[in-house]
Amino acid sequence: MITLTHVLALSGILFAIGVAGVFLNRKNIIVLLMCIELMLLAVNFNLVAFSRFLGNIDGQVFVFFILTVAAAEAAIGLAILVVLFRERSSIDVEDLDSLQG
Amino acid sequence: MQSIYLTIVLAPLLASIVAGLFGRVIGRAAAHSVTILGVAVSCALSAYVLYKLVAEGMTPFNGTVYTWMLADGVHIQVGFLIDRLSAMMMAVVTFVSLMVHIYTIGYMHDDDGYQRFFSYISLFTFSMLMLVMSNNFMQLFFGWEGVGMISYLLIGFWYTRPSAIFASLKAFVINRVGDFGFVLGIAAVLRYTGSLDYAAVFAHADQIAASQVHIAGTVVWPAITFTCICLFIGAMGKSAQVPLHIWLPDSMEGPTPISALIHAATMVTAGIFMVARMSPLFELSETALSMVLIVGATTAFFMGLLGIVANDIKRVIAYSTLSQLGYMTVALGASAYGAGIFHLMTHAFFKALLFLAAGSVIMAMHHEQDMRKMGGLRKYMPYTYWTCLVGCLALIGFPGTSGFFSKDLLIDAVAASHRAGSGYAYFCVLGGVFITALYTFRMFFMTFHGKERMDHHTQEHLHESPWVVTVPLVLLAIPSAVIGWLTVKPMLFGDFFEGSIQVAASHNVLEHIGEEFHGSGAFALSALTSVPLLFAALGVFTAWLFFLKAPSLADSAQRSFKWLYTILVDKYGFDWFNEHVIMPAARMLGGGLWRFGDQMLIDDGLVNGSARTVGWLGSIMRYAQSGYLYHYAFAMILGLASLLMWLIWRT
Amino acid sequence: MFPTILFFIFAAVLVCAALGVILSRNPVYAALLLVLCFFNAAVIWVMLDAEFLGIVLVLVYVGAVMVLFLFVVMMLDINVEQLRKEFVGYWPLTLAVAGFVVFAMINVIVVRHLGGMSLRSAAALPAGYSNTRTLGAALFTRYAYPAQVAALILLVASIAAIVLTLRQRKGAKPQNIAKQVAVRAKDRVRIVKMAGEKRP
Repeated sequence: MITLTHVLALSGILFAIGVAGVFLNRKNIIVLLMCIELMLLAVNFNLVAFSRFLGNIDGQVFVFFILTVAAAEAAIGLAILVVLFRERSSIDVEDLDSLQG
Repeated sequence: MQSIYLTIVLAPLLASIVAGLFGRVIGRAAAHSVTILGVAVSCALSAYVLYKLVAEGMTPFNGTVYTWMLADGVHIQVGFLIDRLSAMMMAVVTFVSLMVHIYTIGYMHDDDGYQRFFSYISLFTFSMLMLVMSNNFMQLFFGWEGVGMISYLLIGFWYTRPSAIFASLKAFVINRVGDFGFVLGIAAVLRYTGSLDYAAVFAHADQIAASQVHIAGTVVWPAITFTCICLFIGAMGKSAQVPLHIWLPDSMEGPTPISALIHAATMVTAGIFMVARMSPLFELSETALSMVLIVGATTAFFMGLLGIVANDIKRVIAYSTLSQLGYMTVALGASAYGAGIFHLMTHAFFKALLFLAAGSVIMAMHHEQDMRKMGGLRKYMPYTYWTCLVGCLALIGFPGTSGFFSKDLLIDAVAASHRAGSGYAYFCVLGGVFITALYTFRMFFMTFHGKERMDHHTQEHLHESPWVVTVPLVLLAIPSAVIGWLTVKPMLFGDFFEGSIQVAASHNVLEHIGEEFHGSGAFALSALTSVPLLFAALGVFTAWLFFLKAPSLADSAQRSFKWLYTILVDKYGFDWFNEHVIMPAARMLGGGLWRFGDQMLIDDGLVNGSARTVGWLGSIMRYAQSGYLYHYAFAMILGLASLLMWLIWRT
Repeated sequence: MFPTILFFIFAAVLVCAALGVILSRNPVYAALLLVLCFFNAAVIWVMLDAEFLGIVLVLVYVGAVMVLFLFVVMMLDINVEQLRKEFVGYWPLTLAVAGFVVFAMINVIVVRHLGGMSLRSAAALPAGYSNTRTLGAALFTRYAYPAQVAALILLVASIAAIVLTLRQRKGAKPQNIAKQVAVRAKDRVRIVKMAGEKRP
């Protein structure tokens, strides 16, 4: 029997992997964006699981909206990445330090 | 009737405002006309009020005109208490002020600040009237401070002179020291009786008498003694008793009219008036009265000594004022309040006269004030000479003059008193009679008699002063001569001060000596065989000998008693003490507080220090702003982890 | 029993693919492994009776978003050699933090069972239950406004993407048809009267 525990544990692991990915990828912004997608996937997992086990459709509705927004965000993130590559010819995250105080 | 009282107070104020704010517009003549009109109206109405109270037996007025505020149950209001004491003071103040106003037309004729001067002396008259007419401590204090401020403005009237500025500040600051004690006294009164109104306070005077005050640690004083001593400290400042006397000689930096008005007749007598007004309180404390007695006696005798060595004509009269104020204080200390007030009144007349006469001499001498350069002015200035002679005779207590009655009765009152310190006081006042005669006639002989020591140019221009100067002199000489004779019986031995001044039966020395008083004429005759007259005659003779007949004797005496002479010229070291001990200490304290408290603590510590701390914190926190996205994301995750940790292990 | 085993298989593949995403050197590999992640996720969702969302995940996420990712990856001429990353220095800290997050979540979810909630089994679904119908009913009635807002977000995103990356190339001469059609003869041709010339 799949219980809620299993699904939630899975989503937790996925989230942690996404977090580690953000921190590890110093050379590649694209992989950074992909790790963000992983984290969003983990959250969606949570919502779907709760929706199923608590019998409330609202969780799935929320997932719907998250998918929408995630798509929009991915598009814009990639657009920014393209422009950035045009200027710098590099997607190295360590080069983006102009916010340094 | 109430509108009359308001007019008396407000007429000089209005005149002062007009002359002060619009002086430049309306011109000199209009300025002096409007102020003289204001003071003349006050004078006439005050005389009318006095007449009504004395001759027609009108009941004294005690009422509130305007309630300023009601704070915590205490009514702070503007009110008038018009009884015979205050009516007499009003009459004296306005009359002397009117004389000084007229005199000023002549004296300040060539001065640039003409309108300003008139505005100030009118304003002064207003403050002094508020002081004497008040029926509560707050208004008294208002008038007190008002006259102090006007005194400062007038002493420093010629504000471009550094000595004048120094003197005005000295006067104000010393007054402030006295005021500190005064405020403490008022606060004590408020605390123990819960009211600032005279009537309420006097009714509850026994409440203060029953209480005690913790001074420090285990030292406990009766509250009434503490209160009275604090009130008297205020009087010491205002009426220039030792050691708060040092401002009065320096106040001679101001023009002579104000020396006459403020520092002889009116402002300095505010302290005496206040103590007399507070007689119901003072009568309950033997200790305070003894202190009053001793302080007054010390001032009377030792300040008189300084008059013998002074060479500035105004300074001699200033020391004389100090000495006579001491006399008045001694009378108060001996519970002879009536005698003190009587001497106040007579002194106002003859001292103002002496100052104005000195001013007349100074005018003729082209503002030369050193007596060593005068002499033989008798033939050039007859009016000044004769009026000044009347004033001097009154001052030394020549039988028949007003000064004689007030001084001699005062000395008798002190003799009859059994208070602690009265023996010392008797010695001081009696010795003071000799000293007074000595310096007075030293001044008189040096100025009006003897060899002419002025330079040729000044001698050419010597002439009598204009009528605006001599008429006030004459008008002041008349009361100096006769008012004592006429008013001594009702004032001292009658019921003039009934209700205003309360004296406990056991202390009532005036009543004691009144039993032997059989009228002015009889008293004048009996004085011919009294000790004071002998001392006075001795003083006049010594002055004649040393300063007229054989001036070389004076010089040799000065050489032989050089040590005494030096002490007297140094004014017993009070000024040296102030300028070399107190002032540097105060400056050090101020400088230390400025450097440590203000600069180090507040500026560098709090203000700049907080900025520096923020900057330092910023330089440390800067390392967290690396600019790297993954660092920021990591920080978020760390925050999340901490939150999780806290949530999980909370229970 | 069988569903449980299936679930574990797909979950394992999912986790491995995710690890591959973050550890692979080649961004193209990373993108494709992410696609695998999404497929597995979609299957698990279908097993959780959320069919609509599972299909949408494949269609929208894989079909659009991941394709977009791949477009960008291919378009940017990335030097793969430079991407030999050294992870060495960062491993301990990463493991610590990520490990802690996992540990905390497992503590709450597995050990403490979310206060007892996790142990409940899924309620049985009514006969004729259509996930799509239920979702649609909720979406178009109770969540109608949020749906409109979501549409607006997408509009804004597309406009933003264009605005960010659009550039005019210098030196290009595009045709402006409207101008071409509106041209008049006298702007192009000027007739000049000349006397004839005799050839010598």
